[in-house]
Amino acid sequence: MSEYYFRTSDLAVGYNGKPLIRDIEIRLRAGEILTLIGPNGSGKSTILKSITKHLSAIRGDSFIADASVNAMSYKALSKKLAVVLTERLRGELLTCWDVVATGRYPYTNALGLLDAEDREKVFAAMERVHAADLADKDFSAISDGQRQRILLARAICQEPEIIVLDEPTSFLDIRHKLELLSILRSMAKEKGITVILSLHEIDLAQKLSDKIMCVSGETVSHFGTPDEIFREEIIHDLYGLEKGSFNLTFGSVELPAPAGEPRVFVISGCGSGVRVFRRLQKEGTPFYAGILYENDVDLQVAAPLAARVITETPFMPIRDETYDAALALMKQCDAVIRTRFPIGESNRRLADLIREAEAMGLLREEDAAPRNDE
Amino acid sequence: MTENTRVRPSRVRYSAVFLGLAAALAVLIVWNINSGSVHIPVREIARILFTGAGDDTQVGIVWKLRMPRILAAAVLGGGLALSGFLMQTFFGNPIAGPFVLGISSGSKLCVALVMIVALRYFSYVSSWAMVLAAFAGALIAMGFVLLAARAIRQMSMLLVAGIMISYICSAVTEFLITFAKDSDIVNLHSWSQGSFSGTKWSHVGVFSVIVLACLLLVFLMSKPIGAYQMGEGYAQSMGVNVKRFRVTLIFLSSLLAGCVTAFAGPISFVGIAVPHLIRLLLKTEKPILVIPASFLGGAVFCLFCDYIARTLFAPADMPISTVTALFGAPVVIVMMIRRHRARL
Repeated sequence: MSEYYFRTSDLAVGYNGKPLIRDIEIRLRAGEILTLIGPNGSGKSTILKSITKHLSAIRGDSFIADASVNAMSYKALSKKLAVVLTERLRGELLTCWDVVATGRYPYTNALGLLDAEDREKVFAAMERVHAADLADKDFSAISDGQRQRILLARAICQEPEIIVLDEPTSFLDIRHKLELLSILRSMAKEKGITVILSLHEIDLAQKLSDKIMCVSGETVSHFGTPDEIFREEIIHDLYGLEKGSFNLTFGSVELPAPAGEPRVFVISGCGSGVRVFRRLQKEGTPFYAGILYENDVDLQVAAPLAARVITETPFMPIRDETYDAALALMKQCDAVIRTRFPIGESNRRLADLIREAEAMGLLREEDAAPRNDE
Repeated sequence: MTENTRVRPSRVRYSAVFLGLAAALAVLIVWNINSGSVHIPVREIARILFTGAGDDTQVGIVWKLRMPRILAAAVLGGGLALSGFLMQTFFGNPIAGPFVLGISSGSKLCVALVMIVALRYFSYVSSWAMVLAAFAGALIAMGFVLLAARAIRQMSMLLVAGIMISYICSAVTEFLITFAKDSDIVNLHSWSQGSFSGTKWSHVGVFSVIVLACLLLVFLMSKPIGAYQMGEGYAQSMGVNVKRFRVTLIFLSSLLAGCVTAFAGPISFVGIAVPHLIRLLLKTEKPILVIPASFLGGAVFCLFCDYIARTLFAPADMPISTVTALFGAPVVIVMMIRRHRARL
């Protein structure tokens, strides 16, 4: 047995015999989570459908514990692999209990009747996703978030070794997203279930996954750990993003910086500037920011939004050339906004900068409270 | 646990529905034997049925006319409802059925063709040949419907395609009948309108074997049918070989529809209305319950409609479709309106 629980070899997927994506090489150990990321229409679903045998592979094969998926019967596959599809579940007059119970299908007798053990497993799966209270509810009458949890419970009670989910977080609010993903995480870690899913939220992909696969165009552009994948050029290339708009540390995105010649200079620190930067961006006012230490939270937002940021090495006193650069930019501006933040030994020259702005008559104080003027 | 409170009310409902259907079936059988243009007292009928003795004419009426006809209405009616249920499952559309999709008319055309040709050259057609012809006709019509369904992935268009196929087949059938010998026309004409009259015991043997065998097979397929109702993708993920399953569905539903048409002609609305009413009564779509209940329901519905068809203007027989449409069509209309509302 190879060290990988799930792998693909020379897999090419597509429709009607035409390969859409080639050279897919996935290597996953048991209990690892793989997330497919990539723009809309890049073929994430096509890959997932080929892994689950809903679509036959154009070339190559997938292997679950060294058993070929191509050669496996649907029945054998259903005992190893469960899915949560984007396809609408069509049944009518079904309670949530009924839907979850269909997960027991591969294990029930010829007429599909549940025995006591099956019932227990259905109930346990519903409890696992905190949906036991939905058992008697009509499946078509529950919310999207509840529906997604029921479908996950259905997959869980199929007792698979591997679960494949196609965009399970679409239509979910943020709380249900987190809930769903943390259930997946704990299943992978506690029960050693291998999880393969596609996500639109790359920030969540970064936090959830052991492995990331970038899908775009004809081949898989990257496959690796989140640390290897979440690099500026990879993410920006993958989604065709403007430089700097994706924040690698937090996985968050910012709208593009306002264009034009900046007329405003913001002096801030310790996170107090974030609100100001965002407001200026929304107003469409280009601005400079400084002097920010490189480890300041403000910098995470200022970097993508400001026309230019003057920065200083952390824990160092502000050097002359840094100070002069900031002063030069400030002199080009019509207004200087300062926020309230602590000024101490190392950054005391910011006090000089503020005094300079005051002397030029440019200084405006930013209130701590939300403002509704202007 | 919630488990106990959850299961029981529905179990009571299921039992009530099945008991109700069985009782209705029994009552309708008795009622049908007991009525007709010749009045026979109930005691006399009981004697004829259980001892075989009695007045020769009366024995003849009960055994040769009424009993085969009753069995035809019951078994073929059940088969028709079952065929409708299978087509609804296949297309994922509650308004699909052998009549609206033109399957019955396809069968009718083939049977008419075989009958006219065979009667001209051999003066006799075996029941099996008729079933075979009807099955072939059903499959050909189904083939056209499937082609149409593949070209246009819209449920309403599927029905339009079915209705058009139905018109074409009926037109060709009428055309053929016009060219048939005078002596055959009467029989052919009443058959092509749909009727349980003229059923012989030899027919009863053939269709009972076919329909009951299909019923058994379909019942044994209730597990994959339940999976398939949720959608192809889900069925496959549960381990169903969807391709093979779809072919089996097509064959069984066509065989059932063909068999009914071979013996009773095209009968409208039973295939749509009965499974729908059964789902409403049972409040579930679980095939393991809906399949036997639909069969019973089809039998009850057709016995009831046949009773009206042959007694309302006795001694004249009405085409059975006149009556089934009268009761079935409103059910379909109400169903469509309810579904439309539910979607809004």
